[in-house]
Amino acid sequence: MIEEQSIVKVGMADMNVVQRSGTIRTVGLGSCIGLTMYDPQLKVAGMVHVMLPSSDIAREGQLNIAKYADTALPALLDKLVHLGASPSRIVAKMAGGSQMFAFAGTGDTMRIGPRNVESCKLKLAELQIPLIAEDTGGNYGRTIELDASTGILYIRSVHTGVKEM
Amino acid sequence: MEVFKHFKEFKMDVLKEVGNIGAGNAATALSRLLNKPVDMAVPKVQLLPFEDISEKVGGAEQVVIAIFLRVEGDAPGNLFFILSPEVAKSLLKRLVGIHPGADGLFNEMECSALSEIGNILAGSYLSSLADFTNLSMSPTVPALAMDMAGAILSYGLLQFGQMGDDALLIDTTFIEGDQEVEGQFFLIPDPDSFAKIFQSLGVPVDHD
Repeated sequence: MIEEQSIVKVGMADMNVVQRSGTIRTVGLGSCIGLTMYDPQLKVAGMVHVMLPSSDIAREGQLNIAKYADTALPALLDKLVHLGASPSRIVAKMAGGSQMFAFAGTGDTMRIGPRNVESCKLKLAELQIPLIAEDTGGNYGRTIELDASTGILYIRSVHTGVKEM
Repeated sequence: MEVFKHFKEFKMDVLKEVGNIGAGNAATALSRLLNKPVDMAVPKVQLLPFEDISEKVGGAEQVVIAIFLRVEGDAPGNLFFILSPEVAKSLLKRLVGIHPGADGLFNEMECSALSEIGNILAGSYLSSLADFTNLSMSPTVPALAMDMAGAILSYGLLQFGQMGDDALLIDTTFIEGDQEVEGQFFLIPDPDSFAKIFQSLGVPVDHD
């Protein structure tokens, strides 16, 4: 169940961490990815809301590292390690990456969801963090919430209700 | 993104006028469809952090119906026409005589009708804008989604995402007399399109 308690919010192109108790959530994931990393022993949980697959396309002056899959994942891992989590225990879960609007034969922008998923998986493999659960794709939005005391990820969508993994 | 922060009042006014003309024509189209007068609020032009954009329609988790068109041509961008499910029902009832079920879901026929209504309104928005600016702007086939506002609107922010964490939004609301029909137009021109819009309207671009 998604209940109101101490909830740490993660905005779009943002990341955050919680320890021991409380939950961390991000709302309204469309083509964006909500990726969580969790150390079950220390109960340290981190979440990032990734918007774009690669910082190569960035044209901004000051790079927001939480926005791009290739920069956000290593940064989140660093944050967890900084709090004492061990990279060998950390496991990842992710949700999102949907294609909200189905257009025939349009360019890369419209395929951004699947590209975000691919990019996150690639980076996780590179960081040697196992992806133990995912709920990606489809054409609907998701809100996700990770419980730091259990490591369970709750995923809510308008059409299918709440599921946990 | 710094460029947009330094837009002078005057440029914001020009963009407001852009929203005014577009939505004004769309309101006229809707008024003809409904055979009733339709009012329009003064357009708002704002540079908003991504987070705050979905707040304009009730928060990232608010369920909305959105008709989305990608604008192609000289000044590409994204155009959303956003309705609440209740307003969508009322439109269907009054325009095509369909009474959607109480479960809050829309069947294929109803979605198709809504898409077409959105297409007519967005089409009149864009064509008046194209006439006004003398730029070619053609809409893609409309896509309809009923989902969380955050999930839907984030699609319109991808082009801005490469440049920063804010987007410039031209927001117009229209209301039919008894507020039974209220809709919002969001025009989010691609970052590079602003210079073209200003240029076409004779606004000097170089010195902000």
